[in-house]
Amino acid sequence: MVMQERPEGAVGRPRAAVVRDALGVGVAVGLSGFAFGVTAAGAGISTLQACVLSLLVFTGASQFALVGALAAGGNPFTAAAGAFFLGTRNAFYGLRLSQLLALPRAVRPLAAHWVIDETTAVALAQPDRKSARLGFTVTGLTLYVLWNLTTLLGALGAEAIGDTGAWGLDAAGPAVFLALLAPMLKTSTERAVAGLALVLGLGLLPVLPAGVPVLVAALAAPAVLWMKGRRP
Amino acid sequence: MNVWIAIGITVVGCYAVKLAGLLVPAGALERPTVQKLAALLPVALLAALTAQQTFSTGDALVIDARAAGLAAAAVALLLRAPFLVVVGAAVVVTAGVRALGG
Repeated sequence: MVMQERPEGAVGRPRAAVVRDALGVGVAVGLSGFAFGVTAAGAGISTLQACVLSLLVFTGASQFALVGALAAGGNPFTAAAGAFFLGTRNAFYGLRLSQLLALPRAVRPLAAHWVIDETTAVALAQPDRKSARLGFTVTGLTLYVLWNLTTLLGALGAEAIGDTGAWGLDAAGPAVFLALLAPMLKTSTERAVAGLALVLGLGLLPVLPAGVPVLVAALAAPAVLWMKGRRP
Repeated sequence: MNVWIAIGITVVGCYAVKLAGLLVPAGALERPTVQKLAALLPVALLAALTAQQTFSTGDALVIDARAAGLAAAAVALLLRAPFLVVVGAAVVVTAGVRALGG
């Protein structure tokens, strides 16, 4: 999921190499839909609701955030707001992909559903448009099919095993967040934002309604940018 | 019903931002401040969510088996383990610590 710069001056890659990369990412991440299904069930979300989320939202961090916020007793609007703000990064992926893939306008509404961390990472890592389109499509298709299948299995499995906490499955959500966060902590700016958000998120938890502290913690991003801008 | 409302808003909102990225003309969001903010927003949200879902129950701050699980996930990340191994490490260690009465 780490963004790679495209190698300068590289010419087309063999289709098999592109497909292999795309399948690797698609299968590995697609299987983690299992963790989502289990987490959703543990949060009191029905199997149908978990499946609808994976089918129609299809952006993992937002899905985990939403079920986590609902489990914590957040109202539907603050819960959805957290999920939405996490999803806004996909708009910026789309900006880069639209230039790279140059999709026909009619295809864009369909392709948009697959604009997520993993498809972007695979597409941007390709040296030319043809490989990028292939990488995007294979990653998107593999991930979409597996993510939805494993969501269903996870939700059904969680119902079957009962107490998800006893199996440590309530740790899956935060571990997914940490795994997504780790590659983003490249410079002191990102680390400062993460540190401030952590303090705000935990510090405000006992005093503000559920779901709101996360939204306040998001202000760590503009706050750190502003402080950096003021420094000479 | 509340859950369905939240799901409905999230479905529409998340799809809208994905589509917006593909449809808006290049350059519309190319201002450096907007780009930087867009990159930092998920950092802030993910950090806060990780902390909250590890160290809280409801609106109370707690340290329990999940902290050990997250530590295991962090070690797995430092060792460059694949995504599923990272999540698996957190789950197994959390369950293990709970089984031992932690």
